Amino acid sequence: MAEAAVGARPARRNWLMAIGRQRELTLVAIMFVAGAGVSMIAPQFLSVSNFSQVAVLASITAVAAIGEAIVIITRGIDLSVEAMIGLVAYAVARSLELHALDPVAAVAMGLGIGLVLGMVNGFVVAVLKVPAIVATLGTLSIFRGIDYVIAGPHQVPLAGLPAGFSDVSIADVFGIPIFVLVTVVVVVVGMVLLRSTRFGRQVYAVGSNPEAAAILGIPSRLVVFVAFSLCGLLAGVAGVMWVMEFGTINGTAATGMTLAIVAAVVVGGVNTLGGSGTLAGAAIGALFLGFIANALILVGLSQFWLQAIYGVVILVAIGSDQIIRRNVQRANTRSGAR
Amino acid sequence: MTGSTRSGTGLGRWTRALARWETVLLLALLGLIVLGNSLSPFFLTPGNFSNLVAALMEVAIMALPLTLVIILGEIDLSVESMAGLASAALGFMWAAGVPLQVAIPIVLVMGAVGGLLNGTLVARGGLPSLVVTLGTLALFRGMALIILGPRGVSNFPPAFTELGFGHVPGTVIPWPFVVFLALAVVLGIVLHKTWIGRQTYAIGRNAGTARYSGVRVARLRISLFVLSGTIAALAGVILTSRLSSARADAGQGMTITAVTVVLLGGANIFGGSGGGGDAERAPSRQRDGRGPEHRPRAAPDPVRSHSIHCSPDQDGR
Repeated sequence: MAEAAVGARPARRNWLMAIGRQRELTLVAIMFVAGAGVSMIAPQFLSVSNFSQVAVLASITAVAAIGEAIVIITRGIDLSVEAMIGLVAYAVARSLELHALDPVAAVAMGLGIGLVLGMVNGFVVAVLKVPAIVATLGTLSIFRGIDYVIAGPHQVPLAGLPAGFSDVSIADVFGIPIFVLVTVVVVVVGMVLLRSTRFGRQVYAVGSNPEAAAILGIPSRLVVFVAFSLCGLLAGVAGVMWVMEFGTINGTAATGMTLAIVAAVVVGGVNTLGGSGTLAGAAIGALFLGFIANALILVGLSQFWLQAIYGVVILVAIGSDQIIRRNVQRANTRSGAR
Repeated sequence: MTGSTRSGTGLGRWTRALARWETVLLLALLGLIVLGNSLSPFFLTPGNFSNLVAALMEVAIMALPLTLVIILGEIDLSVESMAGLASAALGFMWAAGVPLQVAIPIVLVMGAVGGLLNGTLVARGGLPSLVVTLGTLALFRGMALIILGPRGVSNFPPAFTELGFGHVPGTVIPWPFVVFLALAVVLGIVLHKTWIGRQTYAIGRNAGTARYSGVRVARLRISLFVLSGTIAALAGVILTSRLSSARADAGQGMTITAVTVVLLGGANIFGGSGGGGDAERAPSRQRDGRGPEHRPRAAPDPVRSHSIHCSPDQDGR
C-alpha cells in the first residue's frame, strides 16, 4: 500500500524491508504454496464450496480481528473480545427466541451492545488509565460473567431463531458469500478511516510515539477511547455473525476466540508494540488461520494439532518480523551514527 | 535515574506502600472470613478450610514466580498450558510404565525447557513477552493435546495422590500448602534480600538503565522465565495429584486467575514496582522503525530522554 510506495525508492538493500511490509502478499503466497501441497493430498481442498466455507468461517474472526488491530495499533490490547462476541451472540439469539425483537432490531441491538461494551473498555483504559491488559482481563471476566448470569444453563436452539435468519451465513451475492462481503466492506471502510482521516493518522501517531503525539496536541485519550469503542462495535458485528453461522447459542459462545483473533492480527503483520500494521493484514491473517484449520481436517490430522500449530504460527510471525526489523536497523545503523 | 538500582530509597518507599496495600488485603480477607462465618456454620470448620486452601494452591504456586516476572516488566501467559502439558506428560509416562520418581523430574525439566523457550525469545529475540507467551500458551496446550489426546489417566498410586490430596500427619494442613509456603518464603527472600531481587526491580523500572549499570538483563530475564515454567509444571504435577487424574486440559483458565492474584497482591503490570512504574515503564519498551511514515525516526523525545533506553533491549544483552 503506501508502505510499498515508500519502500520502492531506496531499492536494493531494503528488499528485506519490502518483504516485511508486504505481509499481506507474503501470507497469500504461503497460502498458495501450502494450498497446492494440501490439494495433492486432499483434492476437495480446491473446491469452490470448500473455499467459501473457509472464508465464511474466517469472516467472523476477521471482523473481530480488524477491531482488535485498531486497538493494537494504538498500543493497546483487548482481551475481552471473545466475551463481547459471546454476550452479543446470546443477547441477540435470546431476544429473537422470545420474539421480543424483529431480526433487524435484534441485529441493531447486538451492534449497540457491542459498542457499549467497547466504550466501557475505552472508559476504563483511557479515562481511568488502567493498563489495557489489566482492564480487558477484568472486563473479559465481567462480560462473560454477565453472559453466564443471563443465560444460565439455557441454550437457544437453531429452531428458536426466525426462519431465514441463519440462512444469511450461507447466502451469497453473485457467488460471493454475504459474510465475505461484510468483511470486505469493514476492511475497506476501516482502511479509509485509518489512512485518510485525521482520526486514522492520530491512531498511528498515538501508537508509535505517545509522548510526541501528546506534544503535537493529539487527544490521545480520546483516540484510545474511540479505538476500543470501534473494537467493541466490530465484536458486536462478529457476535451477530456468530448467531447466523452457528444458530445454537449458549452462555459459552466464542470462549477461547481471543487467542485466534490476536493471532490473526499478529500473523497479519500488525506490530504488537503499536504504531504500524494494516487492517487488510489482520483480515488476511484470519483467513490464513482459517485455511490452516481447514487443511488440517482435510489432510486428516487430528484437531489436537491445531492449537500447537497456531502457537508455532504466532511465534514464527513475530519472530520473522523481528528478524526483518533488525536487518533494517542494521542497514540503517551502518549508514549513520546512532 | 542514576543510582536508582543501588539506592534503597525507591525500594523502601515501595515496600512501605506494599505493606499498606497488604494490610488492606489482609483486612479484606479477615472481613470475608467473618462474613462467611456469619452466613454458614460450615464455613469456619477445619475441613472446609482445608479443602478451600488445597483447591487454591495450584494457582497460588503459579502466581509466585509470575510475581517476579511481572515485577521484571514482562508477563507469562503460558503458565496454565505448561501445567496442562505437565499433567499430560506425567499421565502419558505413567501409562507407559515410567515410574513417577523418574517421570516427575522429567516433567519439571520440561517446564524449565518451556520457560527457556519463552525467556530466550523475549530476552535474546527482543520480542514482547505478551505475544510470545500467547503463542506458547497455544503451543504448550497443543502439545498436551497431542501427547494425551482426549483421554485421562487416573490409576496413580496412593502415595502420589497423597501429595495433592493428603494432609501433614496430625493436622488439617494440606501438603500443597506446605509447598506453597516453602516457595513463598524462598522467593520472598530472593526478591527482597538478594541482589537478584534488587536487579529484578531495577530491570522492571528501567531496563536500559539497569543494563548500563552492569545488570545482566537478558540472563535474569531468561532465568525468571525458566523459574516460571518449572514451577508451572510443578503446579501441574500437584493438580494431577490432587485430582488423581492427568488430563490435557488441566489448568485451563488458570492464567487469568494467577495474573489477577499477582495484580491484587500489588504488583504493577508495567514492572518495577507499585507506584510510578507506569510512567517509566511504557516508554522504555523497545520501539523501532517499522513503517517510518508513521513514526519520525529518531524523533526527539521531549518529555523524557527515553531514546537511549530503547537500544539495549534490541540487542538484549
